[in-house]
Amino acid sequence: MSAANVIEVRGLRTQFGDHVVHDGLDLDLRRGEILGVVGGSGTGKSVLLRSIVGLIRPRAGSISVLGRDVGALSGAAREALERRWGVMFQDGALFSALTVRENVEVPLRAVPGLADADRRALAGLKVSMAGLPVKACDAFPSELSGGMRKRAGLARALALDPEIVFLDEPTAGLDPIGADAFDRLIVALRDALNLSVFLVTHDLDTLHSCCDRIAVLAEKRVLTSGTMAQMLQIQHPWVHEYFHGPRARAAMSSRRKGD
Amino acid sequence: MQRGIKALTNHQNSDAGHQGDTKGVISVGPPASDDPERSTLTQSRHGDMLELAGSLNVWTLPQMPRRAPPQLSIAMLERLDTAGAWYLARARQQGSRLHGGSAAQASLIDTVAKALPVADDVPAPTPRLRRALAETGRNVIAALIFFRELAEYLGRFLAAFWRGIRHPPQFRLTSLIHHCEQTGLRAVPIVTVMSFLIGVVLAFQGATQLQQFGAEVFVVDLIAISVLRELGILLTAIIVAGRTASALTASIGSMKMREEIDAMRTLGLDPDMVLMLPRILALILMLPILGLLADLSGLLGGAMMSWITLGISPPMFLSRLSDTGVGNVIAGLVKAPVFAVIIGVIGCHAGMKVGKDAESLGRMTSAAVVNAIFAVIVADALFSILFAEIGL
Repeated sequence: MSAANVIEVRGLRTQFGDHVVHDGLDLDLRRGEILGVVGGSGTGKSVLLRSIVGLIRPRAGSISVLGRDVGALSGAAREALERRWGVMFQDGALFSALTVRENVEVPLRAVPGLADADRRALAGLKVSMAGLPVKACDAFPSELSGGMRKRAGLARALALDPEIVFLDEPTAGLDPIGADAFDRLIVALRDALNLSVFLVTHDLDTLHSCCDRIAVLAEKRVLTSGTMAQMLQIQHPWVHEYFHGPRARAAMSSRRKGD
Repeated sequence: MQRGIKALTNHQNSDAGHQGDTKGVISVGPPASDDPERSTLTQSRHGDMLELAGSLNVWTLPQMPRRAPPQLSIAMLERLDTAGAWYLARARQQGSRLHGGSAAQASLIDTVAKALPVADDVPAPTPRLRRALAETGRNVIAALIFFRELAEYLGRFLAAFWRGIRHPPQFRLTSLIHHCEQTGLRAVPIVTVMSFLIGVVLAFQGATQLQQFGAEVFVVDLIAISVLRELGILLTAIIVAGRTASALTASIGSMKMREEIDAMRTLGLDPDMVLMLPRILALILMLPILGLLADLSGLLGGAMMSWITLGISPPMFLSRLSDTGVGNVIAGLVKAPVFAVIIGVIGCHAGMKVGKDAESLGRMTSAAVVNAIFAVIVADALFSILFAEIGL
């Protein structure tokens, strides 16, 4: 495994019954980069994310995260690895019986000897770093808007300062201002904390504004990966349609104006 | 030169790597493990200066002194995460001076310092007595609101009922029949078996007591009065409250959760007519029938047990039964529609109160069952007093 890669997926095959989702999929995530994973509906973007974090067991192939084979780990070693990544699910997946602060405290409880007051303060800090107001700490997830729930989910994913963060459609369902703020938050956190980010998205603006590299999932594998400029050169019909469609042009021109 | 050396590490063997140099003691830990949980932090004290080396992260944070020393040197710090940066930023706020540190570390500390919640944003804790009083007051208000809302839902049901009579096409007959099947027909097995067993138990217990006085034959009166007047309908209502109140809350609540009720309103459908009326009406129609079945099977169980243990033959049981009068049956079954309204209104109200989270659905469902059973028993007690007064 190359030292620069924090995730290496090789020859991944996932299937549910007869339905093959991935076949011979290879993917790398380099340290400190934001990788955008795109693909049509049903191409298994979320399945790939779930396979990497070990929620779905692949049929074949290897997945190694931070130099460890995810499938082969068990018990304490697996828990230790899980504490080095953070996952933000689509709707935050917050525990509904706990307040936002208590949600963020959940991973912090794994730290031995951490004083209660420090844990509370650290949770408050993460909530604030995720861009939520202080008073949101004591709110329950059901009292928050969708965008705030995503931010709270991000705060929980970042609780233990993981090296890798998985984000599943972080800007889906947010208004353009909120989505833009979230994009900037992801880049700012990556710069401050040196995160590697695995980002599943459909949002072309997000791809333009924060992703260093883009991986396109199609035909049951990573069809191609590279920077935005490289994507624009690809001749594959789906990729071409995706990056040259009317929405893509709008996203690109607004980006140019912004620059 | 150095006055105190404090080397704290997560792992005992890492002390082996410590080396001295001209300035005092600087530790060079073992080759830094890439696993943050195994990272080590070394603190060495020079006067009021605390020199940190290794990793200051969330795992080594508990080793830091609670009160930050006035001078902190982080020049030798290899790794710093937000938890460590939080400690340093807070120390800086409290007047400690930080020395050294790379540009990246400095910017992380600044980022964290900016995100630190402002102290006066946090509300001061209220005194315990006042909190307890406020809590009691809130509970009382919530209880009053609950009763007001129950009255409101009863009114809405009656209004919907009246509208259904005046405009029959708006009434949903299919839905009513579906709910009659759900709350009535499906409950028949459990209600009859339960009541049969109650009859058996009453006959058996009554027989052993009444035999002592040689008054075995009065076991028929015992069974008839207790089953027909009280137990048959009360236990049926309790079972239906458990089965149907929870089902009402769950079905209406999950529709509420997914905004189906709001969608209904925008489509010009009245949730009272579509949801509440058929469900509560089905209960009102079905509960007396279930109560009657419970009465019959209770008597059957009692008659069977009397025959077996006391030798009271079925014809004798029947003739004795006819002496107790039909008033008991009426006194029992007249309560059924009232219980049905109580169960239905409480179940529908709880369903409409479900919020957007799944947890409130579970909470309201169990609250609906508990409230419905409790209210049924209270109503039964009130009926007892009423019947005693009017001599029924």
